[in-house]
Amino acid sequence: MNWLRKQASDTQITHGQRIWLYFISAVIMFLLVFPTLIVIPMSFSDSQYLEFPPEKWSIRWYEEYWETPRWINATITSLQVAFFTMLLATPIGTMAAYGLFVSGSKLGRYVFFLLMTPMIIPVILIAIGTFYVFGKVGVVNSIPGLVLAHTVLAVPIVMIIMTSALRTYDLNQELVARSLGASRIRAFFSITLPQIKFSIIISALFAFLTSFDEVIISIFLSGGGNSTLTKQMFNALRDYIDPTIAAISTLMIILSTTLMLGAQYLGKQD
Amino acid sequence: MNEKLLKSAERKEQLLLTALTIPALISVTLIIVIPVGWLFSLSFLGKSGDFSLENYQKMIVYKSYFRVFKTTFNVSFLTTIFCILLGYPLAYFLSQVPKKLVGIFMITVLLPFWTSLLVRTYAWLVLLQKKGMINNFAIDMGIWETPIKLAHNLNGTLVGMIHIMLPFMVLPLYAAMQRIDRQTMQAASNLGATPIQAFWQIFVPLSLPGVAAGSLIVFILCLGFYVTPAVLGGGKVIMVSMQITAILEDQFNWGAASALGVVLLVTTFIFLLLASRFLKLDSIMFGKH
Repeated sequence: MNWLRKQASDTQITHGQRIWLYFISAVIMFLLVFPTLIVIPMSFSDSQYLEFPPEKWSIRWYEEYWETPRWINATITSLQVAFFTMLLATPIGTMAAYGLFVSGSKLGRYVFFLLMTPMIIPVILIAIGTFYVFGKVGVVNSIPGLVLAHTVLAVPIVMIIMTSALRTYDLNQELVARSLGASRIRAFFSITLPQIKFSIIISALFAFLTSFDEVIISIFLSGGGNSTLTKQMFNALRDYIDPTIAAISTLMIILSTTLMLGAQYLGKQD
Repeated sequence: MNEKLLKSAERKEQLLLTALTIPALISVTLIIVIPVGWLFSLSFLGKSGDFSLENYQKMIVYKSYFRVFKTTFNVSFLTTIFCILLGYPLAYFLSQVPKKLVGIFMITVLLPFWTSLLVRTYAWLVLLQKKGMINNFAIDMGIWETPIKLAHNLNGTLVGMIHIMLPFMVLPLYAAMQRIDRQTMQAASNLGATPIQAFWQIFVPLSLPGVAAGSLIVFILCLGFYVTPAVLGGGKVIMVSMQITAILEDQFNWGAASALGVVLLVTTFIFLLLASRFLKLDSIMFGKH
């Protein structure tokens, strides 16, 4: 009980006096994590109603998922779209972040703001706007259209991660390389790139996740044989609580947790 | 002479660096500028196809539009308030924890932050349903006797939205609290303030910019919500985004849907303008990596 009497901050307050703060915070942290994690054991329930704890354990909802072509096709579409989004958004965002950061021009601030707008504009506007324009051009329900839209959503995230990576990196190293005769491009690829490579991988992971989890644009722009997983899930949710979704949700939680912890780990490497 | 050469070389380099943003600018133009611009012009087209303000007039005349805006503001406002109430203690706790441990506790904020919004909405639907865990638990504990309808209404929507938006409040709040100089608290205590006085008179006022930043982010993002109210609201909570979809699905009326979208966008930008007084935009998402 010594710990309770120790001072906890600069104001000499003791841990014992603020134990309520620890209690409240613990409750809030529990509430943040619990609803997501509870889906995992529930998905192994044998019942339609997804009780917890399950009376009988089974993997029937995973079998249901695996054996329904609609779900599998949607998963493949989502993985494809997310993969291509990652391939596009990572270089586009990194280039833009580097250009704006190094040049530091006044115009750059406005360009940065414009490129950030996809994070703030209500997604429904992007969804119906692109649906309308793509309809005119005839690329609705196609994968490339959806990839492009998701790329625009992912670029700001890549840019934020890369800008903060460049901030902690000493750009003078590039100057040194150039004063020794390397071209700007060579200096970037042989000096800067190896030092920010982990941040690039992190932004690629988040670009992937941004696309894979996106719902609203997918509802409008994907359809027919090219429906994404989130679109199928959303449609299924509106009708009744399909327990198969618990199984899919578990898989999605595992995916995002793995990517997040991977990014967390990589973040310590740079 | 030399100076001139250097200057032009510098300008050339500035141009080259700016050129690196071109692919990003092209994609934003294709996905945001042109489509949203198109919607903007559609919103001013009447039924006959000529310029008219009828789509906007409808919004003032019909009560149903008013109700949708009222619901949207209501839900966004309540979500923001609850996020402050829950987010402030948690951010304060995180700012006080020893550096080594922050990472571990931070995972509880970042894990939901990066979990699919659809998955989290679904989780609440399962928890709040009539035979769900919360009803079962409350009945077992004797808190209430028969199953209560917890989802498919306003309360269910709010619970889901608060859970989804809480990390957006905690992250900027934590960043603001990190920036507060510890010595101010020490000084207050040296001058005889009790810990509680120091907290209320020094710490809280210094953290207010963070509260403002977090609230505006949460509020702005709430205005555009679609998935959570659609799933947890059970058709009783109609927010602007849902109304836009409904107009397109039922009446295929692009003019009316666009006008509603334009109003939503303008409202968002007004609040954003307010927000830009309090925060740098890129600081919002610092926690994303």
